[in-house]
Amino acid sequence: MSKDLSYQAVMARKNEIMKKAVGIDYSVFETGRIAFDYERMMRETGYSLQEIQRIQSSVGVGNTPLIELKNLTKLARKLAPKGKGARIFIKDEACNPSGSFKDRRASVSVYHAEKLGFKGVVAATSGNYGAAVASQAAMRNLKAIIVQECYDSRKIGQPEILEKQRKCECLGAEVIQLSVGPELFYMFLRVLEETGYFNASLYSPFGIAGVETLGYEIAMQCREKIGKDPDVVVVTHAGGGNVTGTARGLIKAGALDTKVYGASVDLSGLHMASDYDFNRKSFTTGHTGFGIPFATWPDRSDVPRSAARPLRYLDRYFTVKQGEVFYITEALAQLEGIERGPAGNTSLTAAFALAMEMDEDQVIVVQETEYTGVGKHHLSQLSFARKNGIDIRFGNPDEEVAGKNIILPEDPRLIKAREVDLNKLRRSYIKNCIDNYKVDYVTLEDVEFLAEDTKTDKEFVLSVLEQLNVKVE
Amino acid sequence: MKAKKGDWVQIHEVVLQPHERTANIPEDTKNVPLEMWVKGFLNHDANIGDTVEITTLTGRVVKGKLVEVNPTYTYGFGEFVPEILQIGITLRNILKEGDGRE
Repeated sequence: MSKDLSYQAVMARKNEIMKKAVGIDYSVFETGRIAFDYERMMRETGYSLQEIQRIQSSVGVGNTPLIELKNLTKLARKLAPKGKGARIFIKDEACNPSGSFKDRRASVSVYHAEKLGFKGVVAATSGNYGAAVASQAAMRNLKAIIVQECYDSRKIGQPEILEKQRKCECLGAEVIQLSVGPELFYMFLRVLEETGYFNASLYSPFGIAGVETLGYEIAMQCREKIGKDPDVVVVTHAGGGNVTGTARGLIKAGALDTKVYGASVDLSGLHMASDYDFNRKSFTTGHTGFGIPFATWPDRSDVPRSAARPLRYLDRYFTVKQGEVFYITEALAQLEGIERGPAGNTSLTAAFALAMEMDEDQVIVVQETEYTGVGKHHLSQLSFARKNGIDIRFGNPDEEVAGKNIILPEDPRLIKAREVDLNKLRRSYIKNCIDNYKVDYVTLEDVEFLAEDTKTDKEFVLSVLEQLNVKVE
Repeated sequence: MKAKKGDWVQIHEVVLQPHERTANIPEDTKNVPLEMWVKGFLNHDANIGDTVEITTLTGRVVKGKLVEVNPTYTYGFGEFVPEILQIGITLRNILKEGDGRE
């Protein structure tokens, strides 16, 4: 008998489909009404750092160069007050086989899928992760299907997404292209059910543990090159896995004083599920449209308990404007001779602004780059934006309104890292926990969990719970 | 245009009609269907616009309307955006100031 493929019927089978496709029973980690044992989940379902290093080195992933950006540092010092201008380093993750740090995540997921005997892997992503899964699946002779949100209702797509589709296909994957909408998840479930393949989720313990090597390598390379740990590591933040994995790797390396800052492109005002807005943005990842919702509700992902929990690790969080990131992408090419994709340079943009506020003897590390080429290039994106009626001009980036204009800074001093109030996001996360789990009281265990999950303390959590009229029993 | 069995093609299918879409989406999205495009080898001769059956690279059999034979990648760098050119010139001038270099 064939299964009911209606939207409601497939969504109702979600838990059953997911359990088969990820091979993890998340219920064993639940400890409270809200709480679950995160570290136990990471320990028991993931791999150790040493195992991951071995897996990644066998497929040419990781050990990417850490490059000092001498001219951008020099520029920052020329523009900053005397004595300011931290040394800027960049981890050239574009050197991974498929061209981004996402190979680290895919390498562990696909290894695990092969070990469990799956014939293929499926990933729902319009980002670099698709190419990473396709590449790793090719190396391990597994089949790969990538489900992409690709076009608006006119069948017009961002050049960046269309390039990612080509890359997946050229690495041997099948790509299912969809129009705008969150029901992509429904198609994803249908494909998992139909094929019986492994869900190479970005948010499983494997996907996050794979990024730990990135943070670990940064600490080791800094010690080797400059004899100390970096003062700050800036991470482009979208779904939270990049922040989480990198921070965990830094901790595993013992770099406990290194601060972890997140950075996202400011796309406020654009609705991520809007057919009209879809092609009015010039960044398809690394933006606030993912960054904020995934920080305030990480368990919105495609697994019951996301291993990516950014508020657990972020020390500060900043936004930058689209025009600033395009400007810095061009600056990286012109001043450093390194041409890379714009989305990956979100954290570099924030780092450049922050370096001007930090002391000269401090070190700030940008933890990724991504490959570039036709489609995934600031020229493609700006040209596409102009064609879609977006006003592109030099001016003050503070006046940029996502979807209406892109303002390239008329002076590099105007590039800013605009701080987001993390306490506001933390409060919002706690409120979402209460709302989504529909609880009217919580346990002490929940309070402790929420303190850890927000990098705060019991007092902070209790004060938020009091405002929400939630009792502790 | 006639397509032959075994040709590499792209097909199109409406996955969800507007009324079947989820509730929590903006109006503009709710007013249009959720559409899907898939590529594969055509299982039988057909014309563009026909409902056809294909076999994808992973061996899945999918039905939909035939839209293109040998689907082509058409995106590019687009029209040149001359503003970009100014960035390197400006920044090099700032770096050069006080260096005594041309």
